[in-house]
Amino acid sequence: MGFVSDLAGILLGGLSAGTVLFIVSVGLSVTMGLMGFVNLAHGAFAMFGGYVIVLAMNRADIDFAAALAIGFVATAAAGAVLERLLYRPLYRAGELDQVLLTIGMIFIVIACTTIAIGPESQTLELPPVMEGQLNLGFVQYRTYSIFLIVVGFLIVLGIWLAFERTRIGAQIRATVDNRRMAESLGINVDRLFTITFAFGSGMAGIGGGLGAEFLGLDPQYALKYLVYFLIAVSVGGLGSVIGVYCASLLLGVLDFALKLYVPKGGTIFIYGLTILLLLWRPQGLFGRRET
Amino acid sequence: MTDVTSSSAQPAFAAMVEHPAARALIRRHRLRWWELLPWAAAVVFYFAAPDYLGFGTGLLITILFALSLDLALGYAGIVTLGHAAFFGTGAYAVGLLAFHGIWTEPLSSLVIAAVLAAIVGLLSGLVLLRTRGLTLLMLTICTMALLEQAANMAHDYTGGFDGLPSLPIAPVFGVFEFNPLYPNTQFLYSLGVVLVCFVFLRTLVYSPFGQSLTGIRENLLRMHAVGSPVRRRLVTCYTISAALAGIAGGLWAQTNAYVNLSVLGLDRAATVLIVLILGGYGRLYGAFIGAVVYLALEHFLARIYPTAWQLGLGVLLVLIALFARNGILGLGEMLWQRHGPRRARS
Repeated sequence: MGFVSDLAGILLGGLSAGTVLFIVSVGLSVTMGLMGFVNLAHGAFAMFGGYVIVLAMNRADIDFAAALAIGFVATAAAGAVLERLLYRPLYRAGELDQVLLTIGMIFIVIACTTIAIGPESQTLELPPVMEGQLNLGFVQYRTYSIFLIVVGFLIVLGIWLAFERTRIGAQIRATVDNRRMAESLGINVDRLFTITFAFGSGMAGIGGGLGAEFLGLDPQYALKYLVYFLIAVSVGGLGSVIGVYCASLLLGVLDFALKLYVPKGGTIFIYGLTILLLLWRPQGLFGRRET
Repeated sequence: MTDVTSSSAQPAFAAMVEHPAARALIRRHRLRWWELLPWAAAVVFYFAAPDYLGFGTGLLITILFALSLDLALGYAGIVTLGHAAFFGTGAYAVGLLAFHGIWTEPLSSLVIAAVLAAIVGLLSGLVLLRTRGLTLLMLTICTMALLEQAANMAHDYTGGFDGLPSLPIAPVFGVFEFNPLYPNTQFLYSLGVVLVCFVFLRTLVYSPFGQSLTGIRENLLRMHAVGSPVRRRLVTCYTISAALAGIAGGLWAQTNAYVNLSVLGLDRAATVLIVLILGGYGRLYGAFIGAVVYLALEHFLARIYPTAWQLGLGVLLVLIALFARNGILGLGEMLWQRHGPRRARS
């Protein structure tokens, strides 16, 4: 019994952390796959959303669900504006300029957050319903973690349906496949980019809020978890939603287990595995081979 | 027979040399007067600012590190965010040898640092350089993180997070001692090492090898098509670049007399990238300008208000990415071409 509950604990804890990673990274994956933009500042959007959500709850007494909605809208709006102003001029530039721009944006966001809100870590007060334990029959586990896993699954399902069944999803797929052809068929690629970018940023904002409880939320957030977001995206495969989901869950469980059993330097296995995996499949688990 | 060939080849060669394009190519690598300026400035700095010699030493090391990155990134176009892996390898090589009392002679320690960093560069280059774009960027970050975690885990040897303090470094040539309070020796020693490395690098980038690297950066497919051994060239370049970064790291460990995990961090890799791009990449002297501007700003602004420094740096990076892709030197070149004295086009 002890073994089963240990295993279940690791799985559930890892899956919930992986779900947060997925919600943050999915936008990065889609925008990188769609626009080929190396956006290192994606974590900054997650941080921005996280701050909006936490501050809305702590200072304005807004409830959790409403705060998440506000976080999504605010981050999506910020994403849309920045996409028009800063990202668009560099779509055709080299990776180096994109890396430089987005590193600069990370610094600006970190500095502004430190000045405006302060360097201390923000704490998220979960609603009491989430704090309890939920009996799953074979094991008891925290309600919030299970809530996260369910939400993550619903989001994957939603995004997958939107990709496969809606008009805009079809347009995105067409643009990823062949941008010029899509443009000449009358798809407004510029508008598509803005919408996708805004949506991805909004998701990252929600992810920042959902993860604030156990990832913490301080000005260094944008830089601290950057490598994890990038690993999730590149292992999953650019532009593949299912790929990012699988990679994030895998990464979450692995990280959770390693932190438990190899508390010191256990992450070395994650980096090693990532290197081996990318050497085996440079395009990621679910990515398509470059032509 | 020999007469005939030489007499027929001679005029053809002379005619070729007369062509302006050929003349420009032949003159490209010649020393220009302003190339002596950085070294003259370093000597003036030594006498004029004795209180800032510690700062100057750090500056020289940053220049060398940025130069090593310039070879990989500026000339061969290998976009990497993990160059601190080699800096750290060099620093830890010197640090471990000195701390455990195995080898403290500075110059030969630097050679060992260079060789070890070159080995890491060769091994990682052999596998990493198969990939391109985001995958390559990820793999360089992961390799660096792997080394960082390894250094952290080998706590018994490397001191883990705290690092190795107060390294004993033998005097240079057995005569000149490193004095932490008056870093005159450190400065001159670093200046000498950087000068030697720079002359090597300058010769290298103007050699046919360097030209083929530029070719690979500019048009990969065409270089494949003309039969250039692209991967071997890239791996060689990456290895040499790693060796130079290792020397920079070794110098850092020697002149600071300690090593810690910061030598392997993403921060350091990002900083050197920023320094190089700030100055302008693919032109050697960008490393000098970038390092001077970056470190001077950091030194004077960060002391007043660190957050403002970070904000200013961020704004600067965004502006460079949007408006000045070739850094300060590129900006200067553009202004020179627009407003400078009219010259014959070459």
